[in-house]
Amino acid sequence: MEIVKTDIAIVGAGGAGLRAAIALAEADPKLRIALISKVYPMRSHTCAAEGGAAGVIKSDDSMALHFGDTVGGGDWLSDQDAVEYFIQEAPKELTQLEHWGCPWSREPDGSVAVRPFGGMKIKRTWFAADKSGFHILHTLFQTSLKYPSIQRFDEYYATDLLVEDGRCQGLTALEIRSGQMKQFQAKAVIIAAGGGGKMFPFTTNGNIKTGDGMALAYRAGTPLKDMEFVQYHPTGLPNNGILLTEGCRGEGGVLFNKHGRRYLQDYGMGPETPIGQPVLKTMELGPRDRLSQAFWGEQKKGNTVSTPWGDCVLLDMRHLGEKKIDERLPLVRDLCISYLGKDPVKEPIPIRPVVHYMMGGIHTDTRAATRLPGLFAAGECACVSINGANRLGSNSLTELLVFGKRAALSAIEHIQSGFPTSKDAALAAQAQASEARIDALMKKTGGTETIAGLRKEMMETMETNVGIYRTGSELATACDKISELRQRYANIALHDKTHVYNTDLMQALELKSMLDCAEAVTVGARERKESRGAHQRLDFTERDDVNLLKHTLTHYHPTDPPRIEYLDVVITQSQPGVRDYSGAKK
Amino acid sequence: MSERQIQLEVLRYNPETDSEPRYQSYSVPCLNEWVVLDALNYVKDNLDPTLSYRWSCHMAVCGSCGMMINGEPKLACKAFIHEYTDQIRVDPLANFPIERDLVTSVEDFITKLASVKPYLIPKSDQPVSAGEFKQTPAELKKFKQYTLCINCMLCYAACPQYGLVPEFLGPAAISMAHRYNQDSRDGGRDERQEVIASDEGVWECSFVGACSEVCPKHVDPAGALQQVKVASTIDWYKEHLMPWMKK
Ligand SMILES: Cc1cc2nc3c(=O)[nH]c(=O)nc-3n(C[C@H](O)[C@H](O)[C@H](O)COP(=O)(O)OP(=O)(O)OC[C@H]3O[C@@H](n4cnc5c(N)ncnc54)[C@H](O)[C@@H]3O)c2cc1C
Ligand code: SF4
Ligand code: FES
Repeated sequence: MEIVKTDIAIVGAGGAGLRAAIALAEADPKLRIALISKVYPMRSHTCAAEGGAAGVIKSDDSMALHFGDTVGGGDWLSDQDAVEYFIQEAPKELTQLEHWGCPWSREPDGSVAVRPFGGMKIKRTWFAADKSGFHILHTLFQTSLKYPSIQRFDEYYATDLLVEDGRCQGLTALEIRSGQMKQFQAKAVIIAAGGGGKMFPFTTNGNIKTGDGMALAYRAGTPLKDMEFVQYHPTGLPNNGILLTEGCRGEGGVLFNKHGRRYLQDYGMGPETPIGQPVLKTMELGPRDRLSQAFWGEQKKGNTVSTPWGDCVLLDMRHLGEKKIDERLPLVRDLCISYLGKDPVKEPIPIRPVVHYMMGGIHTDTRAATRLPGLFAAGECACVSINGANRLGSNSLTELLVFGKRAALSAIEHIQSGFPTSKDAALAAQAQASEARIDALMKKTGGTETIAGLRKEMMETMETNVGIYRTGSELATACDKISELRQRYANIALHDKTHVYNTDLMQALELKSMLDCAEAVTVGARERKESRGAHQRLDFTERDDVNLLKHTLTHYHPTDPPRIEYLDVVITQSQPGVRDYSGAKK
Repeated sequence: MSERQIQLEVLRYNPETDSEPRYQSYSVPCLNEWVVLDALNYVKDNLDPTLSYRWSCHMAVCGSCGMMINGEPKLACKAFIHEYTDQIRVDPLANFPIERDLVTSVEDFITKLASVKPYLIPKSDQPVSAGEFKQTPAELKKFKQYTLCINCMLCYAACPQYGLVPEFLGPAAISMAHRYNQDSRDGGRDERQEVIASDEGVWECSFVGACSEVCPKHVDPAGALQQVKVASTIDWYKEHLMPWMKK
């Protein structure tokens, strides 16, 4: 097997991975950097982010306000030391992107413009029309081309981490175009492999978001954190889950039920604000968990509109006018017309909540370090946690940058701390074992299960039992079913036994990642007997700060359900309080 | 939501088992609102797990799913079934070597993109602590359109020049150079110009405009090429007629 020797290997070349790579190259041009990604960097799902990235820059804003919004938005499950670091670094990172050429939208005086976003008390979301993630990703990718020390391994699929003498020292990855396994020997590894929304059928997430990075770390023995917190975005196109950014509401779009009522006022987010004059942090600018929950309430009351794609509510943007929509929300208009045949300039758009983002992920600390020495993680696959029980829109793109860079700096510190590298033979033996597992999967015949079949059952289980509102019995069903699917996975066989660009094999490996992650989600959810942020239980309707102001840590087991551990939330300045999104007393 | 039976004829080629490409036909029950990518996914999940193609976002922004649909370069995730008859032919993107089935090699494009220095070379250095560079909406507008390229390579598949002269940098790479050249914060035009002016292809581009016609993001690479060519011509005259102007 070919061995690639490098100093630092990064798994994932989306926003977080590219930011880490650039930080490494800038810190020390002599560092050898291997940037490994299963797709070409610009295909990473960061490209789909529309709305923008939060960071304090305007004079009416302050760090304290961004802190308060984030911690309250996260229903006090965020680690406050991490949030403090995050908000301090945020404006620097966004400015850095500007210096690298990111085409941020501007004010008439040439300064960077900001827009309102849900759950934020002040306008602080930097945006590049409604293609913010796209521009961030391309700016980072193009900037990364400046640095010769960043060696890219595009279309390589990471399969296993190499852990020897208690340290992570590299990984194995399949070169997709040849089917050859490569061993990457590294002094530190950074995982930046994105989220895992594809374990659900109806999602804004792209095909590549299969939780591989989380599963890599999890299987290597380092825990996942808070996996039960899955964010539903309130406004997805009903037929295919394509996102209509929160920017639609930030710019003044409003939500109606079938009676033409601005129903959010019936869910503690009133009183109604005048159309065309959005008020921050209330009504349509409430946080995502609350808005998605309100949809569920309307559905129960029979107030939703029925469409060929299920129950919907209506997002009305007509009053914004064609000019503003074309300037601020051009992609939204294009997506609505192309994929739904409806023009937001002319008619309200039916929408429904859609699985969007995983607050949980690989357990990391404020240094982006995992519990496994030599292993770091950043981006959506990691859980620091700044997002707590509910991420505020536009904090994630900023998080990629802040913690992508932090992971790079911590990895350098780790290398500098000096430790012996393990014997090549020991690492090679592990790599060979990993290759043997793939070979066995390739050669296996007589499968009784299909990849598509198991995937469908997994998705249905998650959709039916692990939705916006959950119950103990549904979650127990989900746990049993996912555990069963993990067992049945052993009975798949590939149809495609060839080596070049074998997507049958990729899908098999991705399914394994999703099943492992799905089990962490379901078991974490079943055990969390309270309602907090995006985790709402009909059988435990209150938040329980006495027993559960804690992170869930899930430890992997190859055949049995995971072991759960709890870890106290870090509180520095804000004690749990009431999340008030009513406009009344502001 | 009406359903329609479509014959999807797909080019197949596996270098390990096939000596040459062949067509395979699949009968797919399609919803009218589907895109061609949905039909391919149906094949993959229900009829033939060995079919290989790239996709991710399903919303025309990641640029992965470019292919020839009935002979035209298209994003499979934005090619609506209702715009086609019951026979749809799908081939890999033209002008690129096939790796397998609908997967073509992207390497040449990436190399060309990188060669034009597609990153900001600031006019003046300014530390991050000094805040953002100012740029008015009008200045932004000058290059904004060229930032919208999703690197889908449809324009290369449509370009007769790239088909003939594979060394040609091509529409998207040149548009990207132009994007940075036009950015009020940038001072790197001379460096990029060296690469572009030495490209035979630029001079031979016949401005048929096929690239702009197929571009799903309205980048108008043909327009960028035209402007680059005019600017290069002016440079040439400056150098040859007015040598004293050389720096
Ligand atoms: C539609 C949409 C809109 C959004 N809008 C916003 C917004 O407006 N503001 C905001 O703050 N956030 C937004 N988000 C969230 C945010 O965009 C994502 O959380 C973020 O982009 C994730 O970035 P990442 O770098 O962690 O991962 P990604 O960009 O998903 O990249 C993951 C990388 O990992 C690689 N990878 C994965 N598995 C493997 C493997 N096995 N081997 C090798 N490589 C692998 C992939 O190839 C890819 O390069 C949005 C999300 C979606 C889906
Ligand atoms: S210029 Fe248009 S067609 Fe060409 S790669 Fe870019 S987006 Fe695609
Ligand atoms: S799947 Fe992303 S562009 Fe088509």
